[in-house]
Parts: sequence; structure tokens; C-alpha cells
Amino acid sequence: MSLTIINQRRDQQVVGPARVDGFAKISGAALYVDDLPAVDALHGTTVRTAGAGGTLQEIVFDPAINWSEFVVVTAQDIPGINAIKLLENDQPVLVERTFRHAGEAVVLLAHADPEKLRIALKGISLVELPNPSPIFDIDDALQARQEIIPGNIYADYLLERGDVAAGEYLADVVIDERFLTPSQEQLYIEPQGMLAHLQEDGSILMEGSLQCPYYVLDALVQCLGMDKDHLRVVQSTTGGAFGGKEDYPSVIACHAALLALKAGGRPVKLIYERGEDLRVTPKRHPSRTLIRLGANKAGELQFIDMDFAIDGGAYRTLSPVVLSRGVIHAPGPYKCPHIRIKGRAVATNHPPFGAFRGFGAPQSILAMEVAMDRLAKKLGMDPVELRKKNLLCTGDLSPTGDVVGKDCFAHAVLDAALEHTHYQQRREEYNAWNAAGHPTRRGIGLATFAHGAGFTGNGELHLASRVSLQALANGHVEILCSNTEMGQGAATTLVQIAAAALGLPMDSVHLAQTDTSRVPNSGPTVASRTCMVVGGLIQKAAGQLLQRLRETMDLAESYDAQSFAAACAGLYAAGDALVTAHYYPPADMLWDEQTFFGRAYASYAWAAYVAEVEVDMITLETHVIDFTAVQEIGKAVHPVIVQGQIEGGVAQGIGYALYEDVLWNERGVMANDRLTNYIIPTSADLGFIHVVLLEGGLGAGPKGAKGVGELPMDGPAPAIVNAIQQALNIDIRQIPVRPEMLLELTVSGGN
Amino acid sequence: MPTTMRINGKAFQSSSAPNARLLDVLRNECDLKGTKEGCGEGECGACAVLVNGKLVNSCLIPLGQMEQAEITTVEGLPEDSALARAFVQCGATQCGICTPGMMLAATALLAEHANPTLEEIRWGLSGNLCRCTGYGRIYAAIAQAAGGSADV
Ligand code: FES
Ligand code: FES
Repeated sequence: MSLTIINQRRDQQVVGPARVDGFAKISGAALYVDDLPAVDALHGTTVRTAGAGGTLQEIVFDPAINWSEFVVVTAQDIPGINAIKLLENDQPVLVERTFRHAGEAVVLLAHADPEKLRIALKGISLVELPNPSPIFDIDDALQARQEIIPGNIYADYLLERGDVAAGEYLADVVIDERFLTPSQEQLYIEPQGMLAHLQEDGSILMEGSLQCPYYVLDALVQCLGMDKDHLRVVQSTTGGAFGGKEDYPSVIACHAALLALKAGGRPVKLIYERGEDLRVTPKRHPSRTLIRLGANKAGELQFIDMDFAIDGGAYRTLSPVVLSRGVIHAPGPYKCPHIRIKGRAVATNHPPFGAFRGFGAPQSILAMEVAMDRLAKKLGMDPVELRKKNLLCTGDLSPTGDVVGKDCFAHAVLDAALEHTHYQQRREEYNAWNAAGHPTRRGIGLATFAHGAGFTGNGELHLASRVSLQALANGHVEILCSNTEMGQGAATTLVQIAAAALGLPMDSVHLAQTDTSRVPNSGPTVASRTCMVVGGLIQKAAGQLLQRLRETMDLAESYDAQSFAAACAGLYAAGDALVTAHYYPPADMLWDEQTFFGRAYASYAWAAYVAEVEVDMITLETHVIDFTAVQEIGKAVHPVIVQGQIEGGVAQGIGYALYEDVLWNERGVMANDRLTNYIIPTSADLGFIHVVLLEGGLGAGPKGAKGVGELPMDGPAPAIVNAIQQALNIDIRQIPVRPEMLLELTVSGGN
Repeated sequence: MPTTMRINGKAFQSSSAPNARLLDVLRNECDLKGTKEGCGEGECGACAVLVNGKLVNSCLIPLGQMEQAEITTVEGLPEDSALARAFVQCGATQCGICTPGMMLAATALLAEHANPTLEEIRWGLSGNLCRCTGYGRIYAAIAQAAGGSADV
């Protein structure tokens, strides 16, 4: 095994080529959806249900308003199927009669004057027969005294290896815990929005802030009953997404399109204000985990038994997929003979929860990693020792039953993290600090984990992604794929991969705008798959292009820019300058989605995160003074981008651990729907975040790269919780760790 | 009564109501779309501009207060500067929606502290939210633009 370590020293600057989108963003020239020119545009708005489910009796329009001035759309105006296209057609585009949560769209309005629109919004009242007993709690949903759907279960999975009863028999020490995690808002700084234009030929052009153009296209086909050829979805510069713009853009696009169909050819802008975005768009699934771990006296895990449940909200949307990832990641990077993970996604009357960086894994990893520290405490063992005894090695059986191959760096990342942070020394220093009676307490905690990149199991096979490269007459090459730049650096990384594969400078390669009328479907931009899977396809397409240039245009084995351009010009003139690569799964990718058995992901990235915290004993506020993120990611295609991804993800993870809490009102709507009371970390809140990258070079992507984007969301919360527990000698069972919670815990015992 | 101001060095007169938000005047009347709206309530800094050299959130500023003001938006910053180059090189922009505001916050900070300490950089940016970067690469860019090491 050869491992390269990048940026191990704090003063060592990592480098990479400039971002291809850098200058446009810095100069303010990049156009986001709200910046797009739209002559004569109408503004759209949405009238929503108030109750947490129920029946819509009547829509009352105030007769004092001249409604003929407005474009008004209700469910009757939907030409196609009144359902948002996702896994199941259960969510209406517009409520006709029954509904399941507060904030469902009923009427759409558009007008040129936003002020008139605001007044008109108040002129529509909905007569609702409310659901008398809405469900907002996971365990209430599981008891199913009231049912939203049969049993209130969207998905029910079981990952089982060995026999937990046998493990119990072998365990000398057992812990039994219950953990809760809240919802979390993606809080991309650009709120969601779409701009719809009805073209003269009756087709529709949809531009907007989105992650997955083909999801939007499919949703429009279904809702409008129109042919794909009459619909075109174009991504505008997207101001952050993090999963939050995976499924919901389909909803806004359907709404905007319905308005545009009746707007007499005028474009319709449907852009959410921050409050609306917070109240209605999907967020991270809240979770409740019951976990039991057992180990022998030596600290070897004997069993892992988990009951993991997530709140899916009122419609199914992506919950089964989120649950599946949560279940697979639950047992962590550990070897254990007896494992039972029961996972359920339940229906409640909250707005549907959706994708957010980590996708179910942060919830189950939090439970596992905090439970590991609890087990260490009960064993009287250092948490590091406990992990070292149990972390997976090459040749071990993974929790999903496949043999761990060479691409396993669980120990390596832990060792690097211990060394980098001087973990043992710090731990002693902090113990001494805490004993000395300072007005603060300090602690150091860690989490070890792995994150699978790409779609789970056979998902990539079903996607059947395609990527094309188009050689241009001037010798430049264009990448055609449906994957989107949303800040994560995909545009730069993909261009870099293509340029390297073609032996061209980066400025000879361009990423075509994500426009469904031009680019093939290379799958959604989710699941940390872009660099690994799509990057791999680009490499493959580059090989095909070079081969064609050699065979038909006599391009020499080694070539310069000029001969390459000449060959491209020839190919272009011959009308044969487009190559397309198709995805084929790795040969050893066997996965049984019924039993959760086999190889779940093409590659796992490995990580050990260490948090150092200080708790003010008067205010009980926690500050992360130092954070170290060590991860093995195969190959850092662009180290600056990778570092930025990890720092940004860690910051979101710190927010998840300490500040971010979605509060609900009595109708199940986000109550803290403003940036004044939904708190994300500012620059003043964050301490040092050190990023250490290890490259093992064995991932399934170009040059051995793996997915990076989600990994940094998994580890911060458990590392921080473990650090606070150590600082205060208390047991924490819930995040975010707010001062109020610490007050309760410190008063009620513990310290 | 119209309001007269200078925007990016050019005289501009707006006849919008005095309670119109400066943000809307800039975006809709001047077509300066680099100034973004992230929250509309003074919390995110995406709409930040310089008014008489001071960093303010334009979503909170009524036009009426802008009589004779000197306003700088991201479009008024030099196209090529040490700061712009450092932002691109250091990876200080990801999705970019916070970037115009960050550029202005950094400009204001560097005008006050030519060689800011890390602590000064932190505080100087604390009114501007970035959800993508975790701020680290932005600190590095500002430090580099100030000619210091990017040891952050
Ligand atoms: S839009 Fe002005 S501070 Fe957020
Ligand atoms: S770069 Fe996306 S919010 Fe800052």
C-alpha cells in the first residue's frame, strides 16, 4: 500500500488550476436564476394549505379583486398527471382535495407587479377540514394509531449478519442508548427558483437553480403531458444546493410551467423568498436510533443491534433511498460478527424531508460513534483503543458481508489523525486543564467512519449514464453531460479530467451548459458520484475520441496542439466528431438490495475526524477550538477544491452539532423560518479546520479518485459530541448540543 | 423627489419611492445583478455594498438615505486586482452567491487593515454568511491579497 499525504503541515499551501467558474463569480457576472434577463416577466406566487393535512373544501376568491388581471392556476389546469414524478406518484403538484401537510400548494398566481401579487395572495382563502390528529413524532408514527399511509411506513429494511443473540451471549459489556437528531436545513444562500418561458412553437424552456436537470424534465413530461422534445431544462448558475435542489426544483418547475402555459407567452419567474424556502422545501430527515453494542472484556465488538428510524414527512419522495444509505453506514467501519440494523422511514405530517449532504449517513453514524465512546467508557478503555481493536482491515468481512479489499484505510486515517493532533498529549493537557478549575472545560473527541461513493449497489447500473465529448473544428473539446456545477467544483474537476486524458491544456476543454436539449443523461448530481463515476466516463470518452482521431484522421501517437486541432477539424468536417461513453459497473459489484448483502459501493472513502472543544462554564456555550479532518479519498484531482469541499462540509457538520435546530410550530411547519433564528456558523464561530488528505490511489474514479463531497458531513457531529462528553464527563443523547441541554445535563448529574 | 447618488463612480438618479430598498434599485434600475438577495433581512450579507466606503447590507437601506452617497457594488471593483486573483487561486469562491458580498467585505477590511490578522479577517467577514467554504479559503485569499502568508 502506498499512501501519499497532502497538506499535512498547516503552512503548506495546496495548489491546483484556477476554477473555470472563478472569474465570473468574483466579478458578479455569473447569472443566477433571479438575475436572468426576462423581458416582460410575470412574478409567480403560491397559495398554500394551512393545516397539517386534511381536506380542502373550497377556494374562496375575494370578489373585491379583479382576478382577470392575474394568471390563476389550480389543479384543474394540469394537463397531465397531478403528481410530482419521483419514486412514487403520491405527491400532488397542486392539492385538489386531500392533503397531508401544511404548506402544500393549492393555487398559483402570477402578475407583473409583485406588490399586487402580495395583496392578491391575501385575497384567496382556503376552506379546509383539518386533520384532527396530525403525527409529528417518529415513535407516534410507528405506533400507527392514526395512519397517513398503511402502517405509516415508507420503507422497512433489515441488514442482518450473524445472530445478535449469539453476540449477546459472548459480550461481557453491553450498552443500550437512544439518540435523536434534528432536521437540518441545507441553507444554500441562493433560495430556490425557476423561470419558465412558453415558446412560440408551444414548447417550454425552463431555466433555474437545480441539481438534476433530467429529474426536472421527467417531472415536466408527466405533469404537463408533453413530449420530451417540447421541453428544455437549462441550469442557471446555482448558488449552493447540498442536496436541497435535488427533488424540489421539479415542484417549482411544474408550478412555473403551469403558470407559463396560461401567461400568454410572457415568461414567469417563480422565486422563493427565504422564509418560504425554509418553510416548504425538504431538509435533512430527523432520526431516532435505539442502539445496543456489546463487546468482550478485550474490547472486541460482539454485536451491533440498531433500530434506526427516520421521519420521511408527508410524502415518500426520496426517503427509501436515504434510509438505505443510513442503514448501510450504521455499523460503521468496524468488523463485528453479529449485526442487526433495522431501518424504517415513517410517514408524518411534516413537509417531506429530502436529500442533504450525507443522505441518511450522518444520522446513523452519529449514533454509532457516540455509542462507541459510551462503550469505551463502560469498558474503562480509551476510545482510540476501542476503535483500533475493531476497525476493518483488508481481508475482513464488512458489515454487508463482502470481503474488504486493498482499498481499506481505516487504520491509516486514525493513525494520521492521532499523530497530527497529538491526541494523547492533548487529552492529558485537557484533563489537567479541567482539573485546575478554570472557568472553561476542554475536551478532545473523535469519530472514525467511511462513506460510500456513488449510488448504492445496482443504482449506477439502473442509471445507465452516458457522457459525450464533442470535438470542435478549432481543436477544442466540449464535454456534454447532465452533471451540474453548484459550487462543489464539478465544472473545474471534469474539465481537468478531460484535459488530462486528452493531453490538452484546460482552456481547450469546455463544459457545455447543462441543457437537456444538448447534453445526454449522465445521471443526477448527487451521492458524491460526479468526479468518480462521471469523471470516469469522461476519461473513457476521451479514449474513444483519441482512438477515432488516430484511426480516421491519422493522429500520431504523440501529438501537439496543432496536429490535434487539425485532426479534430477533419473529424468535425466529416460530421463524426461526437463520441459517447456508457457506464458499465465494475465486474465485482454484486449487491442484493433485499438482504443488504454484497458490495454496496464501488468505493468507500475513509476518515478519522478529531474535534477539540472548549465549554464556557458560565454560559455553557461550546466552541470548537480546533478541528482536524483526516481522510483517504483515493486521489485528490484538485486539492484546493477538495480542501474547500471538506472545510465547507465540516462547517455544516459543526452547525449540525452545535447550532442548527429546525423548530416546528403546532402545524408542523418550520417555526424558526428566518436567518435571525435558524443559526448557521459564521466566520466568527469557527476555529481552525485542518484538512489532511491521504491518497491511496485505489478508488473507482480517474487515477483512483473517490467521492469526497458527503464525507465531511458525517464525522463532525459525533466527534464534537464525544469531545464535549469528555470535557464535562456527561452523556449526550441528542444534537444540537445547545447550552440549555448542557445546563440540564450538568445539573442533573454527570459532572 | 428623485434621489441622486454616485454608483460605481457614475452619477445616478432614481425616482423610486424613498422607502425602496437600495438592493432593488441597484438590481432593477441599474441592472447591477452582482448584488444578491439571500435573506432580505440583513442577516446574510449577500447584498452587501459599500456606501461611502462602509460595508452595509443593501436590503436594509432605504433609497431615501442615499442622497449624495457614494456607492460601490461588486461591478465597481477593479476587474484585476490582488484580491480578485487571490480569490480565484485560493478557492475562495464555490457556488459564488456570497462572493460579491465577500469581495466587498474584504475590500472594506483591507482598507481598514492593510495587513489584517486572522482574528481581524474573521471579524471582518462575520456579517457575511457562506454555506459552501467554511470560510477557510476566503481567509487564505484575503491574507494572500494583503501580501501575507496564507497560513490559515
Ligand atoms: S439579503 Fe441583505 S443581508 Fe441577506
Ligand atoms: S461560495 Fe457558496 S455561499 Fe459562499
